[in-house]
Amino acid sequence: MLNANQFQSFLDGAWLTVQVFLLAALLGTILSMIFGIMGLSENRFWRALARVYVEVARGASAIVLIFFAAFAIPIILGIPPRIFAAAITALGVNMGGYGAEVVRTGIQSVPRGQTEASIALNLTVTDRLRHIVLPQAVVVMIPPYGSLSIEVMKGTALVSLVGLADLTNRAQNLRIQRPVIEAAGGTAPSSVVIFGTALVMYFLMSQVIALFYRWLERRVGGRWYKERG
Amino acid sequence: MLVFAQASNGWSWDMEYALEILPAIASGLLQTVVATLVGITIGMVLGLVLALLRRSRLKLIRWPTSFIIEFVRGTPLLVQLFFIFYVLPNFGLTLSPFVTLVVGLGIHYGTYTSESYRAGIDNVERGQWEASTALNLSSTTTWARVILPQAIPTVIPALGNYLVAMFKDAPIGVAVAAGGILLAATSEASRSFQPVEPFTVMGLLFLAVSLPAALFVRYLERRYGYQRA
Repeated sequence: MLNANQFQSFLDGAWLTVQVFLLAALLGTILSMIFGIMGLSENRFWRALARVYVEVARGASAIVLIFFAAFAIPIILGIPPRIFAAAITALGVNMGGYGAEVVRTGIQSVPRGQTEASIALNLTVTDRLRHIVLPQAVVVMIPPYGSLSIEVMKGTALVSLVGLADLTNRAQNLRIQRPVIEAAGGTAPSSVVIFGTALVMYFLMSQVIALFYRWLERRVGGRWYKERG
Repeated sequence: MLVFAQASNGWSWDMEYALEILPAIASGLLQTVVATLVGITIGMVLGLVLALLRRSRLKLIRWPTSFIIEFVRGTPLLVQLFFIFYVLPNFGLTLSPFVTLVVGLGIHYGTYTSESYRAGIDNVERGQWEASTALNLSSTTTWARVILPQAIPTVIPALGNYLVAMFKDAPIGVAVAAGGILLAATSEASRSFQPVEPFTVMGLLFLAVSLPAALFVRYLERRYGYQRA
């Protein structure tokens, strides 16, 4: 088993994983909304721009974006390397590519008649979006957005490859230190325990995210049905 | 840990260097493509097995299968690769980096494809089962000659999506020193201390494969009228 210090190190790593996830998800959500709505623009230029963003952000893959952001961008821009910011930006940009499609298809799933009726009732564009279209679109978006969030949380493990001390990094370091611990007369946990513990901790995090989205779905869905009366 | 040159002002793109490393990174890309093709083959077979086990009449088979699928889907591929690479040797099973990567990809995506197979099988009409019973077909014949031939074609576009997703995950084989595009790029970067060109060439080559692949899968989806489950 892990001793108290080792377990604490894993918890610290998991905390960094949570931070990377939340910040990446925040950036990803903002980008999702901007480019998802842009993808529905009547203007061809904005639509094309959204398309290019979505294709490149998804196509380049999280891992390629992380390495590019961590090691190439600082040199191109002539700024000091900041791995934490680079990793979050790369994960957020990647998430935004998938999220923009969730937002776009979610809004498109709302029947056209809803928009037409709102116009007929003389609602303003803001009221139409806020009270009619978005509440119905959000209900459709939540389940795929929940799956996407779990994928992003799993993707945070990649930041260990560029040197951030997340949960995966702590596990890998403990495995590397095993000979040192044993040489010092201690007993080191086996690889099964090290990686098994990390896997269980990740699994718990993904279950928490899944529960959160299931709760959100019930809450938002419930309110929408109540409002519809 | 990977350490590269510090940021310096007055950086400029070195075309000669970029062309010089192009063959090495392209051959890394080829390895990534091969790993993806082997991985998806394992994933497709394993997914079908998992889908069938999950439909078993025995709870003793059904429940553990469901749990394994959820657990694998809820944890990062990177940690799973470490688990396969460092833990299995304790049980007398030492896998090479390449085999670790393709087995890891196969298992990870097998849990995803199993859900697609499940949806495909559930979509086969009830009457097909009833007719098979009426014709006194054995359970094996029913599956092999009636249900699966109708279920599998509807799953193909979903499998295509996982093929593209797997290609985007395959570069992380670098973590267990499996050859591929990312290993090629990081080797060049750490040899020359000029990371921008290798990582840019990597990103462009990667997009050159993943974008056409994604477009082709979307064409398949439209062509075969596939609906997301």
